[in-house]
Amino acid sequence: MKTVKTVMNLIEKRQVREDLPDIRPGDTVRVHQKIYEGDKERIQVFEGVVIKRKRAHNRSSITVRKISYGVGVEKIFFVNAPTIEKIELVTRGKIRRSRLYYLKELKGKAARIEEER
Amino acid sequence: MLSGILGKKAGMTTLFDEYGNAHNVTVIVAGPCTVVNKRTLEKDGYAALQLGYETEKQKNLIKPAEGYFRKQNVAPQKYLREFRIDKSALETYQIGQEIKVETVFGKGDFVDVTGTTKGRGFAGVMKRWNFAGFPMTRGTHFYRRHPGSIGNREWPGRVMKGKKMAGHYGNEQVTIQHLRIYKIDPKNNLIYVEGAVPGPAGELIEIRKSVKKAVKHKHKH
Repeated sequence: MKTVKTVMNLIEKRQVREDLPDIRPGDTVRVHQKIYEGDKERIQVFEGVVIKRKRAHNRSSITVRKISYGVGVEKIFFVNAPTIEKIELVTRGKIRRSRLYYLKELKGKAARIEEER
Repeated sequence: MLSGILGKKAGMTTLFDEYGNAHNVTVIVAGPCTVVNKRTLEKDGYAALQLGYETEKQKNLIKPAEGYFRKQNVAPQKYLREFRIDKSALETYQIGQEIKVETVFGKGDFVDVTGTTKGRGFAGVMKRWNFAGFPMTRGTHFYRRHPGSIGNREWPGRVMKGKKMAGHYGNEQVTIQHLRIYKIDPKNNLIYVEGAVPGPAGELIEIRKSVKKAVKHKHKH
C-alpha cells in the first residue's frame, strides 16, 4: 500500500494548474476572475503589481496591488482556484526583494517598478 | 446498511469547488475492509460486522490471532473493529467479503470520526487547559506558565476534585461528530471529510454514520 504521504502529494499535485504563466513578485499582471452573482456569471479583470507570492502547492496565492481612484487596493488570489479564468503577464518587473511591502508606503512616481529587459 | 468503515488519516489540504470556495478537508484512506466475523442477535444479542483493515504478515501474529483468522478462513488483518448493522441486512454480507468505501458512504453524508489524538506527554496547564499564564515581563519572577491559585484557605482545606492541573495530555480517543463528506474517490479508496480529524497522519480512524440528525447545510457561493 502507498504511504499516506504519497497519497497527499498526489492529491495536491493534481490541483495545481499548469496553464498559468510564471508569475513573480514585481510583475504587472491582469487577473481574469469569474464572479458569480446569483445565477449570472461575469468576468472581472484586476490589473496591478504582484507584491507577494505564496508558494504552497495547490494553496499558492498571489497578492496584487493597484491604485484605484487614488486608493490603494490589494487582492489575494488563489491562483489554482477554478474561478481564475486566466492570468496575463503585462510586464516583468526588476526587483531586489521577494516581498514588496515597501510599495504600500510609496505613492505616485516613487511606487513605480522598473521593467526588466 | 453498514454503519461505518475503517481508514487511515492521510492529511489535510485545501480543495476549491467550482465557485472558487476553499474547503479545508481531511483526506482519509478508507478501506477496503474485510468482513472477519458476524455478531448475531441469537448469539451475541446485537447485530454487527467485525471488519478487518490492512493485511498483516503471518510472522507478526500472536498464536491466538493466527488461530482465529484460520478458523474464520480470512487473511490475517492488522486492525479489527466492530460496526453495527441493521439486523435485516446481516445476511447480505458474507465472511471474507471485501467492503469498499462507496458502498457505505456517499457524498454529502454526515459522519462521526473517531481517532487517537497526538500525544503531548506531560503538559502544563497552558497547553492542556488553555490557562492564560502570567505576564512574560514587567517583573514576573519565575512564574510565567503557572496555574496560580488552586484553591481557598482553611475552608475547604483541600483541593477540589477535578481541578484542572498539569498532567498527561493527548493520546486519547476522541470522536469528532457531524463532519460532512466533501467527496469520495472510489478508485483510490479515499474519503474527503470537511474539517479536522484527531491524530497524526497514518493514524487508524473509525468513520461512522453521524448519530446526530443531519441538518441541511446551505451551500452558498
